[in-house]
Amino acid sequence: MEKTVNNKAWFMVLPVLVLVAFSAVIPLMTVVNYSVQDTFGNNQFFWAGTEWFVDLLASERFTDALVRNLIFSFSILAIQIPLGIFIALCMPRKGWGVPVCLVLMALPLLVPWNVVGTIWQVFGRADIGLLGYVLNNIGIEYNYTQDPVAAWATVIIMDVWHWTSLVVLLCYAGLVSIPEAYYQAARIDGASKWAIFRFIQLPKMHRVLLIAVLLRFMDSFMIYTEPFVVTGGGPGNSTTFLSIDLVKMALGQFDLGPAAAMSLVYFLIILVFSWVFYTVMTNVGAEKPETKGE
Amino acid sequence: MANIELNHIRHAYMPNPQSKKDYALKEVHHTFEDGGAYALLGPSGCGKTTLLNIISGLLRPSEGDLLFDGVSVRDLPTEARNIAQVFQFPVVYDTMSVYDNLAFPLRNRGVEERVVDETVRHILNIIDLESKAHRKAQGLTADEKQKISLGRGLVRADVNAILFDEPLTVIDPHMKWVLRSQLKHLHKQFGYTMVYVTHDQTEALTFADKVVVMYEGEVVQIGTPNELFQRPQHTFVGYFIGSPGMNVVPCTLEGDGARIGEHVLPLNGIGRFGSGASLEVGVRPEFVSLRPSGEGLPIQVQGVEDVGRYRIVRAKLDDHDFHAIVMEGEEIPESPSAVISADNINLYADSWLVGREG
Amino acid sequence: MTVVSEPTQTARSTGALPKGRVIGQSKLHLDKAKRPLSERLTFLVPTLYIVFLMLPIYWLFNMSLKTNQEILSGFSLWPANPTLANYMVIFTDPSWYSGYINSITYVVLNTVISVSVALPAAYAFSRYKFLGDKHLFFWLLTNRMAPPAVFALPFFQLYSSFGLIDTHIAVALAHCLFNVPLAVWILEGFMSGVPKEIDETAYIDGYSFPKFFVKIFMPLIASGIGVAAFFCFMFSWVELLIARTLTTTDAKPIAATMTRTVSASGLDWGVLAAAGVLTIIPGALVIWFVRNYIAKGFALGRV
Repeated sequence: MEKTVNNKAWFMVLPVLVLVAFSAVIPLMTVVNYSVQDTFGNNQFFWAGTEWFVDLLASERFTDALVRNLIFSFSILAIQIPLGIFIALCMPRKGWGVPVCLVLMALPLLVPWNVVGTIWQVFGRADIGLLGYVLNNIGIEYNYTQDPVAAWATVIIMDVWHWTSLVVLLCYAGLVSIPEAYYQAARIDGASKWAIFRFIQLPKMHRVLLIAVLLRFMDSFMIYTEPFVVTGGGPGNSTTFLSIDLVKMALGQFDLGPAAAMSLVYFLIILVFSWVFYTVMTNVGAEKPETKGE
Repeated sequence: MANIELNHIRHAYMPNPQSKKDYALKEVHHTFEDGGAYALLGPSGCGKTTLLNIISGLLRPSEGDLLFDGVSVRDLPTEARNIAQVFQFPVVYDTMSVYDNLAFPLRNRGVEERVVDETVRHILNIIDLESKAHRKAQGLTADEKQKISLGRGLVRADVNAILFDEPLTVIDPHMKWVLRSQLKHLHKQFGYTMVYVTHDQTEALTFADKVVVMYEGEVVQIGTPNELFQRPQHTFVGYFIGSPGMNVVPCTLEGDGARIGEHVLPLNGIGRFGSGASLEVGVRPEFVSLRPSGEGLPIQVQGVEDVGRYRIVRAKLDDHDFHAIVMEGEEIPESPSAVISADNINLYADSWLVGREG
Repeated sequence: MTVVSEPTQTARSTGALPKGRVIGQSKLHLDKAKRPLSERLTFLVPTLYIVFLMLPIYWLFNMSLKTNQEILSGFSLWPANPTLANYMVIFTDPSWYSGYINSITYVVLNTVISVSVALPAAYAFSRYKFLGDKHLFFWLLTNRMAPPAVFALPFFQLYSSFGLIDTHIAVALAHCLFNVPLAVWILEGFMSGVPKEIDETAYIDGYSFPKFFVKIFMPLIASGIGVAAFFCFMFSWVELLIARTLTTTDAKPIAATMTRTVSASGLDWGVLAAAGVLTIIPGALVIWFVRNYIAKGFALGRV
């Protein structure tokens, strides 16, 4: 659509700007301010320069949490994206099954995050939870409060339970928007199921997949509530992700300087990753032409 | 290539059709001869795309049978029928290059890469996309994309038939003409059986050896362009083909003549066929000559349109619209009469042509 | 390149028809009954997935109908003596049910604020070019990517200095951080789908801008407004970290009430489960109402 140049449009954006400035810019400035100062209480602040940043990047506590968080994010992307595509491909396209699938699948998305945690906390317990009870009774040692592997498995399965539907719904929306003629042409061209997926469905889902990957990465990198409720970051620090660590530092220990420095680094990492994902995924479609057949 | 035989085919989109009205396609019984170029012509919603999809196997007819060279393919899926089809809107595989798009139907069928290469290059030449062979199909124009779709239909030399579903809708007028003549040329060269669906009479008449005119789910006439023009079997064909369409005026019989208002047109013996039903005479504007008043039917001229080589006279015969075509250089008399030779008058009973076999 | 070939299909030179017939008669029939097994079993995949989704929720529901003794005394797949006692506890104790009222209050407030400020902004982005529009749009989106944990502390201090701590409006405003960009993004997508000629025709017909916007434009994007409101509702409803940080008692959300009760009253599993089930209900209701629009919202890829 051809857009007209109109700088008065700023007035229409103004309310949003004021609101977001109030709820984003001012707090962010506070964070920047803290990150370069030190305090001994009594509201007395001293210039600390880059001290907190140097400390932070050198601290094992931070790098461990960062690595844990990265492993977590990439694991859930590796599970949820293929699984979501697969489920979307198998979903019915018409009939009574469609609304039933949509509503039931969307349900976990609307469960408050700490209730998600509570559900899995209960579900995984060996004494009163279905999952823990069954697993322990068929001879698998499973205790997420003691065993780091079990804790990780619980947190990942919980996230798959919670968020795979988002990927499914996005992919499904992409799939149903493909005109029928493409499938007809593919049948006439004698395309196999795989070829239909590879050359029609996947390219047409490209856009929604980009969104799915971005959202899942960002949200999994920011995850706090669910693992906090289930494991509290334990056993030990084995499921302490960045947000959990940050909240512990800022609200628990009230270490304002280090917490602020960590906030900024954290935010930057997310921005950089998202930007990289975005550029890579948008360039996939614009690659140089394939040269097969020369 | 194959004979395509439609054996009493009917199709309804609803599960339990009750009356004739429920059928999108009412009884089609016809054979597309091997190597023929056919056009299915008719207005939107007349069932021509339904018929095409039945041939290609995207739809399974509710009743009747479909035979390729005498063998029933009614229960075969599309991919086993070996049919090519080009759709109204270009369908290209975006992420593949133009070359790979064309090679796709062949590779899917396990054709040797050497043969694929040879064929694809040949087709690239025909559709004039050699220079873009290795570009992604994504960024091409609608013309070029539709050419790729056409090309994908042409690469398989052994197809039973190539079906076209209004393939030139999105192509601009100049390219339409070029592509149509290329198709015609290919048809002559390779003898494909081609079925071409369109609602554009020019396209149908210039492309096809035989035109199948459809109206409200029925085939109303099958014939050469000339037959459709000279002897429309149904008043709809008369209206639909020709510009302007045939003059159709209600009449009553009087001896061997048709009475229209105060006047009687001689019918040369065909009058005896039309009994009882509602009768009309049909006359092509091309066969009407205008004389000074006296002989023939008096008409009231409402306007004259000059379209270059000839002029269209828009007139009224009593209360009915009546058109005549006057060639360049001929005079239009004041208060003229229309004179029509009896050979060029068609008589219709309940919209269907009567008498005059062949 | 991965083109999968089907060796059973005829090669170009051999003349297709005879072979095509053989294939067709042997296995490729169109009849529904004869469709390949794999195709008839596809329904199993979504079914199994839904079972996986529903099991934990069922377990919570199961527990909410049991007494604490029954939960702790033995393992059973369904309650032996179903009881609504746990739900009664919640409906009679103000510290429980006020949590629901608080949550609903700030979620609705937030949805209304987000959508109403996002409407004109989205219109500006979809219709006009102006100084810095692209940067502004991207900057708005970065706020969607901001980790709530980063903002928890500064929010607390900011709202303390305005004396807004423990009020509904504080949470509603704080949630605007991620909901306003989201609403702008969704609405911009829907608005771009409305042809510009409609605006122009309305002006020619003598509509003023506000009248046009309310009477003509908003009905056209009604489904977009619905989708945007749905997602604002959803994200505000499920968020806890900020909501908990900014409230103490008067505006405490139900979700936070739950965590407190778990740690304080010595694990009353039945009541906890009942509270959990009750927090799922508003979401389920909202989803049911917008089910026909969800797919459309997702199709735009703007969630």
